[in-house]
Amino acid sequence: MRTPKKYERVVITGMGIVCPLGNGVEAMWEGILAGRSSADRTTVFDASTFPTTFDAEVKNYNLAEFVKDVRLHKGCSRGGGFAVGAAAQACRQAGIEIETAEPGDGIDRTRLGIYLGAGEGSLDNEGFFGCLIAGWNVQEGRMAWDRLIASVLRHFNATRELEQEPNMAAAHIAVLTGARGPARSCLTACAASTQAVGEAMMMIRRGHADAIVAGGAHSMIHPLGVTGFNRLTALSRRNDSPKTASRPFCASRDGFLIGEGAAMLVLESLSSAQRRGVKILAEMVGYGSSSDAFRVTDMHEEGRGPVQAMRKALADAGLTYKDIDYINAHGTSTQENDSIETLAIKTVFGERAGQVPVSSVKSMMGHLIGAAGAAELITCVLAIRDNIVPPTINLVDPDPKLDLDYVPNAARRMPVNVAMDESFGFGGQNNVVIVKRWEAENL
Amino acid sequence: MGSARVVVTGVGAVSPLGLSADQTWAGLCAGRCGIARIRAFDPTGMPCELAGEVPEYRIQDHVPKTHRKATKLMCRDIELAVMAAREAIADSGLVTKGIDPERVNIDPTRMAVNIGAGMIGCDMTELAPAAGASATNGRFDIGKWGKQGLELITPLWLLKYLPNMLACHISIIHDIQGPSNTITCAEASAHLAIGEAAQVIARGDADIALTGGAETKVHPLLLVRQFLLHRMTAWRDAPEAACRPFDADARGSIFGEGAAMVVLENIDHARKRGARILAELVGVGLSHSINPAYERLEPDGKGLQIAMEKAMEDAGIGPEELDLVIPHGTGIPQDDRAEARAIAAALGPAVRKVPVWPTKSMLSTTGAASGALDLVAAVRAITEGVIPAARNFARPADGCDLNIATSPRQGGIRHALCCSYTHGGQTAALVVKRFEGDGR
Repeated sequence: MRTPKKYERVVITGMGIVCPLGNGVEAMWEGILAGRSSADRTTVFDASTFPTTFDAEVKNYNLAEFVKDVRLHKGCSRGGGFAVGAAAQACRQAGIEIETAEPGDGIDRTRLGIYLGAGEGSLDNEGFFGCLIAGWNVQEGRMAWDRLIASVLRHFNATRELEQEPNMAAAHIAVLTGARGPARSCLTACAASTQAVGEAMMMIRRGHADAIVAGGAHSMIHPLGVTGFNRLTALSRRNDSPKTASRPFCASRDGFLIGEGAAMLVLESLSSAQRRGVKILAEMVGYGSSSDAFRVTDMHEEGRGPVQAMRKALADAGLTYKDIDYINAHGTSTQENDSIETLAIKTVFGERAGQVPVSSVKSMMGHLIGAAGAAELITCVLAIRDNIVPPTINLVDPDPKLDLDYVPNAARRMPVNVAMDESFGFGGQNNVVIVKRWEAENL
Repeated sequence: MGSARVVVTGVGAVSPLGLSADQTWAGLCAGRCGIARIRAFDPTGMPCELAGEVPEYRIQDHVPKTHRKATKLMCRDIELAVMAAREAIADSGLVTKGIDPERVNIDPTRMAVNIGAGMIGCDMTELAPAAGASATNGRFDIGKWGKQGLELITPLWLLKYLPNMLACHISIIHDIQGPSNTITCAEASAHLAIGEAAQVIARGDADIALTGGAETKVHPLLLVRQFLLHRMTAWRDAPEAACRPFDADARGSIFGEGAAMVVLENIDHARKRGARILAELVGVGLSHSINPAYERLEPDGKGLQIAMEKAMEDAGIGPEELDLVIPHGTGIPQDDRAEARAIAAALGPAVRKVPVWPTKSMLSTTGAASGALDLVAAVRAITEGVIPAARNFARPADGCDLNIATSPRQGGIRHALCCSYTHGGQTAALVVKRFEGDGR
């Protein structure tokens, strides 16, 4: 493998989002600054008898507002459709032409990549469960495979089946943009899109691409997804008050608020961005990845994986804990995550731990699962742009054991130049990225 | 900046041809076919009743005692991955916690894991009783599911089926604390994962990486999906003749299961410990097919061609320096034709002489495992100096003018290229080179 002749600096030149707080970067940001919760009763399917009856859903989404030829994407899964809209927004901001065979934007398509943290498409629930019922021999308690097979052959639809696959969101973005550079899609649970953005940064830095559409897309708001999380007792059951259910770092936190959406960033080499004369939104300076290697079901008690990922990201950026102005926490509102994350931050930040603001936007937009990290990275870029730190809302009864500055309940105006975004996935993958204000003097 | 050279120091494989890399390679050399009537469930009524299934095994025999309880949380994809991982690490001579906790000779924070995984099909017999309890007049009643059905699902159910759980179990068993990723790009997953793992080492984020892919497609829903997408043959004759990449009588692919893993290592790290070096990974090339008919490769194979060209460029070689190409070659006529065009375009005049050896006629299409199985086969071809005969290739399909041999070819292999693509379009190619010390 060739060794790069020089390392490229990596900047962000475009951002797009479709999420429960709004279908666009500014709409989302307005919701964050207002401290608005996007939680409400589940409408995607009838969850009225489930242990949790609410979620944070994308509302009023119409792909035609973002792309001209929606026919090419009409088979998209729910998450895949969000991905196309978010990618279209990000490309537009970055001046990358979409839906054209002959782009005149100065980006060689073999040097334009895609890297997503993307999840499965949603099932045809009626069909899927219907087939199981048709196949299950209740009297004998066994599967009648021939009945199951006959039922599946009759009810399943080819396009829907294809779009179930997690690589399809990236496929649609390739058709949208004409990208023929390196393309990957990863699925490291709740850390996936932070990993995608981090790995994309590394590829540009080492010269494998000039620009990459990187981010995440996911909707687990489907009966099997919600069932899985409910059985793990990971979801809040505060059914009488959905809007206060996601309460990271509170003593009374009882689980996360499931959300959905897509968040995309255009990462680009500094030389490409300058050559094209596009506006630089921020610089990507650090990435660290680690594995807990502890237990399938739990995080390591001392948070050794998150600690290692934070330290690696700092070292990669050539920074120390003293340089971080803001930490965008994973902050899921589960007992385990919020305590261990707090402990890990204390380990890395030492005596400064109480002074660095740490907030969780999951208190407002919910947990976008695979798409969460990229969505949160966008809020970091906006925090730097506007010198405002997002709040952690619903912080009504602080956990006495958790004593960091969680930016309770109201956004805070303060200088922000460097922000850290952290994501930790079920199974122990930890990913941390660091983003920095872009100023000409950074050169 | 340290050396960017990355070498292969261990391989492991579980395939329809056997439970180890040795058995798999012996099967490939003998031209054996691992395809037979499905045993995992009664396939009567399937459009095709064939698959490539791995021989029987007991997972307890393949995990350390301390991890036996956790096998309850393993679906089959995880089991296959764990088995191949253990073999690859043992083969490399590295001692992890999972090999022998008393003699560990790695720094866990300097080892990475990067696995290609599929979208795992849930166990139907596990969900069916819950679905059955949620029926009203034979139809699914979601209200009942939320109240009663859901309670019948085992609490940790979801953790069995998250694609990243392959890497999770492997990292726990072997105490791998460095970067961990899971690539979910269908049949290109393994090449994409291996390519990234090599980059993780090259950029200095790890000294060692355990990487590859694992998946089972032997599942009624996943197989029907392939059938609906017109990817599966409805072959009714001899099972061992069913999968025919690039052959005029090809009617579609046969799907199966497997896992293959390799240990990649920074060359300096490998040398320092006196490791046996099997081959060097010298080229990685990635691109994308662009086709709004998403389930098919674009007809001219452009995206695959670019990936192969990039991999050769990364390796610093021209097409005439290739001694072996292991194509994706599924037996799906349109896709094989597009791939043959891509190979011809990427190789230029050298296409007439570079040997092309498809493996899926014997191994079947094993999803996220397939690219890793091919890489292990390429490494073995290099170390053994032989290209086994192609199977089920009698007469080239129209437009598939490749140098496919039906008898084994002996002789030194210096460079081998493997490639893969997904429905949807991600494409990848890797170039491995015979290890020749410092001669580069």
